[in-house]
Amino acid sequence: MSSIDTKKIPFTKNDFVSGQEIRWCPGCGDYAILATMQRTLAKFDIKRENHVFISGIGCSSRFPYYMNTYGFHTVHGRAPTIASGLRCVNPDLSIWVITGDGDGLSIGGNHLLHCMRRNMNLNILLVNNRTYGLTKGQYSPTSEMGKVTKSSPMGSIDHPINALCVALASEATFVARTLDNDPIHMSETFKRAMDHKGTSFVEVYQNCNIFNDKAFVPVTGRDNRDDRMIYLEDGKPLIYGKEKNRGIRLVGMKPEIVDIDNQELDQLPVILMSHNEKTADPSYAYMLTQMDHPEMPVPFGVFRALERPTYDDLLNGQVKTAIKKLGPGDLKKLIHGDNTWTVN
Amino acid sequence: MDKQKLAVGKEVKSATAITVRFAGDSGDGMQLTGDQFTDTAALMGNDFATLPDYPAEIRAPVGTLPGVSSFQIQFSDSIIFTPGDLADVLVAMNPAALRVNLTNIKKDGMIIVNESVFTEASLVKAGWKANPLDDDTLKDYRVLRVPLSVLTKNALKDLPLKLTEVERCKNFFALGIMFWLYDRDRDHTVEWVRKKFAKRPEIVEANITALKAGYTFADVSEAMPIQFHIKRAKLEAGVYRKITGNEATAIGLVAACNLANKTLFYGSYPITPASNILHELARHKNFGVKTFQAEDEIAACGAAVGASFGGEVGMTGTSGPGLCLKSEMINLAIMAELPLVVVNVQRGGPSTGMPTKTEQADLLQVLFGRNGESPIAVVAPITPADCFLMAIEAVRIAIEYMTPVVLLSDGNIANAAEPWQLPEIEALPKIKVTHPTNSDGPFMPYTRDPKTLARPWAKPGTPGLEHRIGGLAKADITGNVSYDPENNQKMINLRAKKIRRIADSIPELTVDGPAKGKLLVLGWGGTYGPLYQARTELESQGIKISHAQLKYLNPFPKNLGSILGNFEKVLIPELNMGQLLMLIRYHFPGVNAVGMHKVQGHPFKVTEVVEHIRSVL
Repeated sequence: MSSIDTKKIPFTKNDFVSGQEIRWCPGCGDYAILATMQRTLAKFDIKRENHVFISGIGCSSRFPYYMNTYGFHTVHGRAPTIASGLRCVNPDLSIWVITGDGDGLSIGGNHLLHCMRRNMNLNILLVNNRTYGLTKGQYSPTSEMGKVTKSSPMGSIDHPINALCVALASEATFVARTLDNDPIHMSETFKRAMDHKGTSFVEVYQNCNIFNDKAFVPVTGRDNRDDRMIYLEDGKPLIYGKEKNRGIRLVGMKPEIVDIDNQELDQLPVILMSHNEKTADPSYAYMLTQMDHPEMPVPFGVFRALERPTYDDLLNGQVKTAIKKLGPGDLKKLIHGDNTWTVN
Repeated sequence: MDKQKLAVGKEVKSATAITVRFAGDSGDGMQLTGDQFTDTAALMGNDFATLPDYPAEIRAPVGTLPGVSSFQIQFSDSIIFTPGDLADVLVAMNPAALRVNLTNIKKDGMIIVNESVFTEASLVKAGWKANPLDDDTLKDYRVLRVPLSVLTKNALKDLPLKLTEVERCKNFFALGIMFWLYDRDRDHTVEWVRKKFAKRPEIVEANITALKAGYTFADVSEAMPIQFHIKRAKLEAGVYRKITGNEATAIGLVAACNLANKTLFYGSYPITPASNILHELARHKNFGVKTFQAEDEIAACGAAVGASFGGEVGMTGTSGPGLCLKSEMINLAIMAELPLVVVNVQRGGPSTGMPTKTEQADLLQVLFGRNGESPIAVVAPITPADCFLMAIEAVRIAIEYMTPVVLLSDGNIANAAEPWQLPEIEALPKIKVTHPTNSDGPFMPYTRDPKTLARPWAKPGTPGLEHRIGGLAKADITGNVSYDPENNQKMINLRAKKIRRIADSIPELTVDGPAKGKLLVLGWGGTYGPLYQARTELESQGIKISHAQLKYLNPFPKNLGSILGNFEKVLIPELNMGQLLMLIRYHFPGVNAVGMHKVQGHPFKVTEVVEHIRSVL
């Protein structure tokens, strides 16, 4: 998203803290996400009044109340629609939609998909904790098969959905994943999302310590993360591991782990896949989304960043064209239409 | 075109009001034919009202009963508001059209049939056991058997056209016959054809030739000895155009936003019979209009709420089933206290119901079809042209009172056309908009205007007014989330009071006929035409009753109670099973209110209202 205010105003995190009492459970991953968002906004020149946070319903959707910006806590699953309407009438705002795995992928799945295919110029943060927190722990659309919850005492029989696959299938122009216990990566990802023009979709792995504690620990836990996560960097080969001794290469259409201990460094780009965010063919990014624990390391970072005209620009362009072609609206002409007759 | 001299042996008579019904297959161009006949009536100075009546299926199988599409128009030398109960002339393009429409024609009325297609196969398709042209089925009518298809083909034989193209011109042959019968000027239609098919001169020639051939056929036909002449109506002096309810709604919304100096944002999902509001608005982008064809009804409404949050005027349009889907979003706008205009073009229900037919059965839904205590403003236009003013009213109320407003139109007035005396721009109401620009101390989004009780409409992007709103219960003044019991009671009371305050800004109800008496006929919205005409019809028979038509359903006009109190009985005719009746009985328990209900997909006929009134007197 382009910078709106050119006059440099040095902001601090506290400029974006609203006075409202935070009502998340102690230890919730949302605290880290909120603080990171506040810190990230401080890095931009965008004035406070030009930020808007719009959310649906769920734990994460309380987010706007805690941001000292404009905010709107709306209807379950429908935040992208409200954000789209706002974007269409105001090109100058920086807009974040805050949603969750239930809000965005279940009740609001339809809106998420259409917002992304239109490439509305706004950012979507999908806070994924693989559970329904606010309704106290039912399984969500991202919960794993077999998950035992109050609503699935014999185990969930719902096949889970992958948020990034939805984004790619909807042809989102910016698709990224980050995690709540890596504030630096999170902040960098938020910043990239804001810099991108078009719909930026960011999934953040978030821990619900009450209903689904440690859901992501097998991947993102301190002891394992280096060997089970892979950070995507544009233009660089896919390398991971505590010793940076493993990489990903492509065999046919399938990614495969290779040991690179004995490889010459200059050979690595030849052997390994190099990450390219601008790959137009979505199957590359889709393949990355299929890399999952335990078979493969789980990718984090920007999967895809492409340029495509935004809906709001096209809409405003049509208005401009119409005015140029037909002249600014003349009420009298409109009322009279093409055929009138006079009664004396 | 020069006026042709009448053929030998013909006679001209004058008539005051004539009802014509064109009926054919959905592909026969009956709506277009009716439109041309209507435009000509308008330009010849008649008053008129139309009733397009078409199936939901785009092309039901050719020649079947469900595929019949009809268009009825009444045109007159005096003021009228209905398309006529029964037709003086029925044009039936095939056996199915004849069968479907026999109940819509006057005894002794004229039926013009396309004899060419009364073949055994098409008779069977339409369910005729024998050819009705050959037995005494039609003995009560004057039947004119015209081999329309054959005559059209003969007339166009020298033109380089495909057979299907020739076939498509037969409606113009039929129109030519009707133009002769009612002494109509053909120039407008000729011009229209020239413009419409400018890129295909052979089609222009074919249609004009067919039109003239039909006219000449009628002129020389011995079966049509009389030509009728209908004088200009004594309409009020002024400039007029023909307008349908949906056109007037769209133009009214554009005008309102223009008067308010606001961007019109219209989110909509295609739905019959509301879609052409979206189509009309999409043509007016040079007014800064932004139309958004959303992924569903909810998104359409959500985007409108988002636009209103952004400080422009968010609107959405739909019909019954779509309104069900919008309920939760409308409630958000009620809680967030944002302007929102919801156009509901009512259609036959429940569920998918009868999409192309009319009904007034969403009144209770718009008033009560949401969770919690969520009062909303409701207005209802009473004629096609009235949609213009009521659309402006809806926008005015939404902005002045920071509330959603439902505009309850219906399938009948949405598609029906009438002459509209064009208003002077200067006479249109001004809509005042204020946005706060600064705040002493922290901004309080839930303070209220003492007169309207509206909260301030602060636009995102305004420095110092950063605030958060949402669907959770709000604390008075601050708008912070609050579950305080006393506060919740207070806020619900305040929102209800705000809606009641709207009554201060709307006109009083007026009564046609005596101000006191035995019977008041109380209607609302689109039933104005037949109720008005039923009253005047009874008056001409020496029976004096009164009639009032509600345009404001929530709140009611302040004088409604005192008006009702002036009558021994109140008859409430509605195209539902008694919804306004229920409200009147609740709000005015002392009033002797009785209902008249109809849910058949069609508007009231004047005669049935007259008979019903006689039965309750």
